[in-house]
Amino acid sequence: MIVAEPKPIAEVAELIKAGRHVLVVGCGECVTVCQAGGEKEVEILASALRIQWKIEGLTGTIDTQTLVRQCEPEYVVELAKKAKNADIILSLGCGVGVQFIAEAYSDKWVVPGLNTTFGGGMVKAGLWEERCGFCGDCVLHLTGGICPIIRCSKSILNGPCGGSQDGHCEINKEISCAWQLIYDRLKALGRLKLLDVVQPPKNWRTARDGGPRKFVKLEAMIE
Amino acid sequence: MSTVTTEEAEAGFVPKIVAFCCYYCAYSAADLAGSMRLQYPPTIRVIEVPCSGKVDSIIILKAFEEGADGVYVAGCLEGDCHFLKGNFRAKRRVAAVKKILDQVGLGGGRLEMYNLSAAMGTRFAEIALEMTRRIEELGPSPIRPETMAARAKAQGEVNQR
Repeated sequence: MIVAEPKPIAEVAELIKAGRHVLVVGCGECVTVCQAGGEKEVEILASALRIQWKIEGLTGTIDTQTLVRQCEPEYVVELAKKAKNADIILSLGCGVGVQFIAEAYSDKWVVPGLNTTFGGGMVKAGLWEERCGFCGDCVLHLTGGICPIIRCSKSILNGPCGGSQDGHCEINKEISCAWQLIYDRLKALGRLKLLDVVQPPKNWRTARDGGPRKFVKLEAMIE
Repeated sequence: MSTVTTEEAEAGFVPKIVAFCCYYCAYSAADLAGSMRLQYPPTIRVIEVPCSGKVDSIIILKAFEEGADGVYVAGCLEGDCHFLKGNFRAKRRVAAVKKILDQVGLGGGRLEMYNLSAAMGTRFAEIALEMTRRIEELGPSPIRPETMAARAKAQGEVNQR
């Protein structure tokens, strides 16, 4: 899932400063799971902002709504009624959600309340870790299900590098060396032979280097 | 939340403190304090909760938004939670909301977490007094409905001039 972190309240307050009728919009998908922009977080932020406005003597309204998904037009339209009265929409969705709302309500000023950080998952309650770099050409079948693109700090395909020390990465002792993990796992599974094949330089055109990407599934298209 | 009565206004600032009390400890301790005929300030509004872990961040913020001068969450002694970890969850949430209150300018000092057992009636009265003293020192919440109304009135007079 997409993992995002809340922006500091002071930064959010600055973003909505010009508005008198703010609509805080949550998303029921990834950001609900990573507890950054779900219904609960939307209510907490809205309440905090209302308190701040009252202290500063500002008048206006801060309304809330949480959509099933912000990244799909059929759910974004549900915002229409409340969006009509708002002069600023504060989206607590990921960067995708913010853009879908901005596209659907082109006459509204839409601002982000979160910093979208990475593709990852929950390792334990309250801790999310990065697992996927969205490179567009998966190599997990070669590396025992451990991604060298995002979990190796250098994204190297024929590791480890000289900075691997006692299973840790040289950039930070808290980071495990992905290639040590890959070696250990392949060894345990009796598949070390996979490492004999030297991987050629990666084609990064399937990643961000090729510009914004599209995924087309013709049979899913209605028109 | 009720408005300040004439007597209260005459006596000066009387804090309004919301106390979220766990059924298994603080709420029973309040009962005991009553049976023991202990005196404590009438500033606290006790809200019974099934566990301090039930008190969500938004509930605390709502209390402040509605004009509470102070809020505290009272849960079981650490290690004694009826639901095992509820009071630890409450402790973390209170810490998180304190940070939010600091950021929005209300101040985290208006919120506190306490731990006590059902047998600690005296401690319950002590906590009520302790929190009342603290809020009296901090003064009324700047977003009390009364303060807001007075501010709006003063603003109106300035505008008229």
